[in-house]
Amino acid sequence: MQKYFDIEFWRRVTYVDVTLWLMRAAVIIVVVWGTIGTLIDGRYSNEQWFDFVMFGLTMGGIYALVALGYTMVYGILRLINFAHGDIFMTGAFTAYFVASPLGKSGFLEENLLISMIIICLTAMVTCVIIALTVERICYRPFRSVRSFAPLICAIGASFFIQHSFRGMYGSSVRAYPDVEFFDKLLSIGSFDFPMIQPVVILAALGSMTGLYLIVMKTRMGTAMRATSEDRDTASLMGIDVNRVIIFTFVLGGSMAGIGGVLYAFVFKQVYFFMGFFPGIKAFSAAVLGGIGNIPGAMLGGFFLGTVESVGPALFLDGLGIVAPYQLRDLIAFTMLVMVLIFRPQGLLGERVSQRA
Amino acid sequence: MAHIEVDDIHVYYGNIRALQGISFKVEKGAIVTLIGANGAGKTTTLNALSGILGLREGSIHIGDTNISDFMPHQLIPKGIVHVPEGRRIFARLSVDDNLAMGAFTRNDKAELSKDREYVLEMFPRLRERLDQTAGTLSGGEQQMLAIGRALMSKPDVLLLDEPSMGLAPVLVEQVFNSIIDINKTGVTCMLVEQNAYMALQIASYGYVLEGGRIALEGVAQELAKNEEIKKAYLG
Ligand SMILES: Nc1ncnc2c1ncn2[C@@H]1O[C@H](COP(=O)(O)OP(=O)(O)OP(=O)(O)O)[C@@H](O)[C@H]1O
Ligand SMILES: [Mg+2]
Repeated sequence: MQKYFDIEFWRRVTYVDVTLWLMRAAVIIVVVWGTIGTLIDGRYSNEQWFDFVMFGLTMGGIYALVALGYTMVYGILRLINFAHGDIFMTGAFTAYFVASPLGKSGFLEENLLISMIIICLTAMVTCVIIALTVERICYRPFRSVRSFAPLICAIGASFFIQHSFRGMYGSSVRAYPDVEFFDKLLSIGSFDFPMIQPVVILAALGSMTGLYLIVMKTRMGTAMRATSEDRDTASLMGIDVNRVIIFTFVLGGSMAGIGGVLYAFVFKQVYFFMGFFPGIKAFSAAVLGGIGNIPGAMLGGFFLGTVESVGPALFLDGLGIVAPYQLRDLIAFTMLVMVLIFRPQGLLGERVSQRA
Repeated sequence: MAHIEVDDIHVYYGNIRALQGISFKVEKGAIVTLIGANGAGKTTTLNALSGILGLREGSIHIGDTNISDFMPHQLIPKGIVHVPEGRRIFARLSVDDNLAMGAFTRNDKAELSKDREYVLEMFPRLRERLDQTAGTLSGGEQQMLAIGRALMSKPDVLLLDEPSMGLAPVLVEQVFNSIIDINKTGVTCMLVEQNAYMALQIASYGYVLEGGRIALEGVAQELAKNEEIKKAYLG
């Protein structure tokens, strides 16, 4: 606070600072104005708000799982793995070929837990194989090249994966099997929601807890954190950086695989382009949380999912915008920009990476 | 046979020549120092030794193994550990995890806990701070951690890059004493220093690096008396 009374501080204020302050003020006014408008209007019932939040958390869990892959790879390679959204798609798509017969034969309904484990494992294995192939072919040869080559390769890999799947399986949408248990409505008081929502949220939280323990407690996990801090010094400790990178892609791919299956059971469909939007949103979630930061990606995912779901009704409706729900994607990206205006380093990111 | 034998190495950064034909030897169990001014190429020499930088020409042998083409992570199994310039501890990891990373390649649990005990005896400050984030340690403690972390690999050869950098005289003394202690257990030490006075006191042999070449070499006590060195490095 004291710095604001210092004349020197005001002399050093630049146009950029002033512009940022104005933008921050504008953002706050719009959000507060819209929220007050919506709440006074009272157009939405408590049940509807509950729906928005539950759906938001469900999507948030999936975004968080996918965001982890972006953030861990960035932490090690300082590279955005643009193909990650499509890797997510390959898992869900391949698992369809297991889920569909399981659904048809009735095994899925009878032995839901076992079936889900089989389906998830299929997706995870697929994602890991594709992720490792992408790393080997697209990233490793260019690792020491300081140019845009790795980025261009990442984008190329993304298109290649999409169009391979389109070529192999066509561009039609395939329906994931219905599961009665997932569609069942649960009620708490006057609020009700389909079973799939808590299932997704809990599965996401469970997987993330597992990942967190691996990263924090195991030797390879610690080596991964050490490598993301200082690759050269890690290698001086006898850590084979290539093995750490492979380990990272395995973890990221597994999370994407689980995320893909959950996504497919929420929307009950898969097609070759399905990875694109979740991929971009999960990437935004990783940036929101502070790219490179693992708890940040988890928080960013849930945060983005919730705001994207609640936001249109809460902020936009009150401003008199019609059909605010059409603007969900807009909200997601506007929010990314907004958070970055307030905290350029992301929610949990560090301002400057410190080096001893 | 010499423990470390560096023969006529040339190292480049892109097109910039940093080392133009350097040769030296370190006998088993010795402390040998490499001194020189800023930018002489001391760090470059150690980085070439540990495989972070590749050689354009020349060779490096440890015992009778040619390690010229080794990757950095292959040196630990050969018993060589490098404490890099500026300590480079893992700032976001705990002190304990930093030590664990020093022992990354080891699976001999019983021996390992003995070595950990040895390190914590040597640097009791680290024991008090095992759960602390390493980035919050003081400069002196970070240097102790960097050395302790390296010892966790139970090395035969310790490469040290300016361990005295940025430390108060008392701490410099303490760090140098621990280097002497480590050497007494049979570890061969290669000490890179700008603090030529201190380095020549504990080393048996020294090399003076100037502009990427060895300008002078000799028994440490004699180098310490050399007029040119006195003028240039000892003030
Ligand atoms: N990454 C790099 N890229 C280009 N040139 C470099 C790089 N690192 C070092 N050099 C150059 O190589 C020469 C030797 O540097 P080096 O770091 O080995 O010196 P040093 O003897 O360790 O110095 P100091 O005592 O300051 O640590 C210097 O001229 C330096 O500018
Ligand atoms: Mg140096």
